[in-house]
Amino acid sequence: MSKQAQHWEKTRGLLMMTLAIWFVFSIGIFLFGAEMESVAGPFGYPLTYWFTCQGSLGIFVILIFWFANRQEKIDEEFGFSEREDD
Amino acid sequence: MKGNFIDNLPKVYGIYTGGFIGFIILMSIGEQMGMTSKAIGICFVAFTVFIYAIIGWLSRTAQADAYYVAGRQVPTVFNGMATAADWMSGASFVAMAGGIYFKGYGYMALLVGWTGGYVLVATLLAPYLRKFGCYTVPDFIGTRYGGNLTRFLAVVVLTVASFTYVTAQINATGTIASVALDIPFQYAVYVGLVSILLCSMLGGMRGVTWTQVAQYIVLIIAYLLPVFWISNKMGAGFFPHFMLADEVARIGELEQQFGFVKNSAADLATVPKGLAGITKAHSAVNATPWAFISLALAMMMGTASLPHVMMRYFTTPSVKAARKSVGWSLFFIFLLYSSAPMLATLSKLSLIDPNLATGIIGKSIAEVQAIDWYQNWNQANLMFVSDFNGNGTLELNEFFMGGKAVVLATPEIAGLPYVISGLVAAGGMAAAMSTADGLILAIANAISHDVYYKIIDPKAETAKRLVVARVLLVVIGFAGATIAAMEIQGILGSVIWAFDFAMSGLFFPLVLGVWWKRANKEGAIAGMALGLASGMGYLIWVRNGGSGFLGITQLTFGIFGSAVSLVSMVIVSLITSEPSASVQKMVDEVRVPSGKTIIGKS
Repeated sequence: MSKQAQHWEKTRGLLMMTLAIWFVFSIGIFLFGAEMESVAGPFGYPLTYWFTCQGSLGIFVILIFWFANRQEKIDEEFGFSEREDD
Repeated sequence: MKGNFIDNLPKVYGIYTGGFIGFIILMSIGEQMGMTSKAIGICFVAFTVFIYAIIGWLSRTAQADAYYVAGRQVPTVFNGMATAADWMSGASFVAMAGGIYFKGYGYMALLVGWTGGYVLVATLLAPYLRKFGCYTVPDFIGTRYGGNLTRFLAVVVLTVASFTYVTAQINATGTIASVALDIPFQYAVYVGLVSILLCSMLGGMRGVTWTQVAQYIVLIIAYLLPVFWISNKMGAGFFPHFMLADEVARIGELEQQFGFVKNSAADLATVPKGLAGITKAHSAVNATPWAFISLALAMMMGTASLPHVMMRYFTTPSVKAARKSVGWSLFFIFLLYSSAPMLATLSKLSLIDPNLATGIIGKSIAEVQAIDWYQNWNQANLMFVSDFNGNGTLELNEFFMGGKAVVLATPEIAGLPYVISGLVAAGGMAAAMSTADGLILAIANAISHDVYYKIIDPKAETAKRLVVARVLLVVIGFAGATIAAMEIQGILGSVIWAFDFAMSGLFFPLVLGVWWKRANKEGAIAGMALGLASGMGYLIWVRNGGSGFLGITQLTFGIFGSAVSLVSMVIVSLITSEPSASVQKMVDEVRVPSGKTIIGKS
């Protein structure tokens, strides 16, 4: 397999993992909105309420930075990282 | 100052932020010394708009690269701020907290949707489109799939979505300008438009970038300062985001105590148009999972298809920077979005809790009608009380408010000085202007670059292209303002439609262009044309009394449109011949971050 194909395979793997996490916190948990309601969440908010106003939003922010770092590592591994003077 | 402008950015905007805070302090001293509230409002709006105009003028340019993509040298963090301002519209700033106040959980799907979409932007699209090196989104579609028809269809989808969106933004600038400057709405709309054009006409994307950073700083200060201040003043907590659990629980208690009494149709007919009462639980789950998820999903896919957001990532220095920049964008958006529910909570509690001095429920109607702020906002048609049951006391179901009032009136209700209200007006203006700028520029650039330069006159010189781009900017701006002046739809409804239009026509053609090599020209044409047509058809059907299916409403019609787009694009691509070897090679190159961009390799 060529270097480029390997790079793309790893990139696709990272995409799938990122989208899986994204799916859980944007869609998955809201299937159980009513069930999570009586559970106490962080700072004492009801869990469902906390996810909609802070939790999911914050997780997305962290997820994107995590993804960007992982993708950079993959790019470096295959020598596809951009030079600074590019 | 030594060094070039880009190296000095932190210093420049640091001084700017300090200057703005100094201005706020100056205004509050003015208020102490007897400056009228009207004068303060005018100063805030006029001063900030004047600063944006200066930045716009300093950013003037005659180069295509600077005009279309700000020279591709905007650092990640600053591009994040600019994107956040570009993204957060008058609707986010003025209407979002109000929506949460009235509709609770069901409405908060928008918070999840408008942030989760950035994960899709970061993973599926932004870095690849940056590598492509295009000037506009249709530029990518046109080059990836080939042919003028694909390019043209992309421009059509972009224009339909962005134009729907921009009329709402011009409407919002007009509303704020008319209140702050005390002029009729029909004229205020054009005042707003001129301010918008001042930012973008001379410098194109470069001017818009640096004014958007400035506008972000104003809008975030204007949003957060009142939230923190009110929270502290009420004794609710020093850091509201982490400390309002008791307040949220207290609202639930009060809801139980008051109950949601349903008003008769005859009673409701006496309530001025656009005002609503509290009829839904504040924090409890009040929507079915599908209603919540479908709205969030539509907004997420719409986010990833809206060209004015995507084109911000064309301005970063590298592919790597584009990815990081999406993270920063969402961080800056998060600061405001996570505060909106807190503002809604504080606003609601201060109005309905009889134990608080500001609470009005349970007081006598006559007493409420005598309150200063009630009279002001009643006059502005944003507040209304009526004694439906004739007991002389104000009940929960007898108090009505406009959605905008949650952001605009809460500082006054909570007893904050007027200078905060002036600041909020300036923030709302900044939010609406920055989004309108980005949208008008997206449309004008697509038409000038993709239709005029790429299709009509490929030999046009740079100077001529930029003249066309600027003329289009003015024409589109005026068209938007003219429609806005007619006041056809509300701000929030048309914003949501814009997302649905964009996802119907562009989401799958964009994503599959990178992630599916087999996608070809015929497929893209089918995907864009059928996607947009079916989405629009569904909207018209539901608007005219159609029952809809699968619980897809006029707010989520993009789910149907994009499904049609996906299916038709895949089928048509598979039954027609696969893309040429050179196109497949181009897709391979897009997937590798290093090396030259695809367009303009010379």
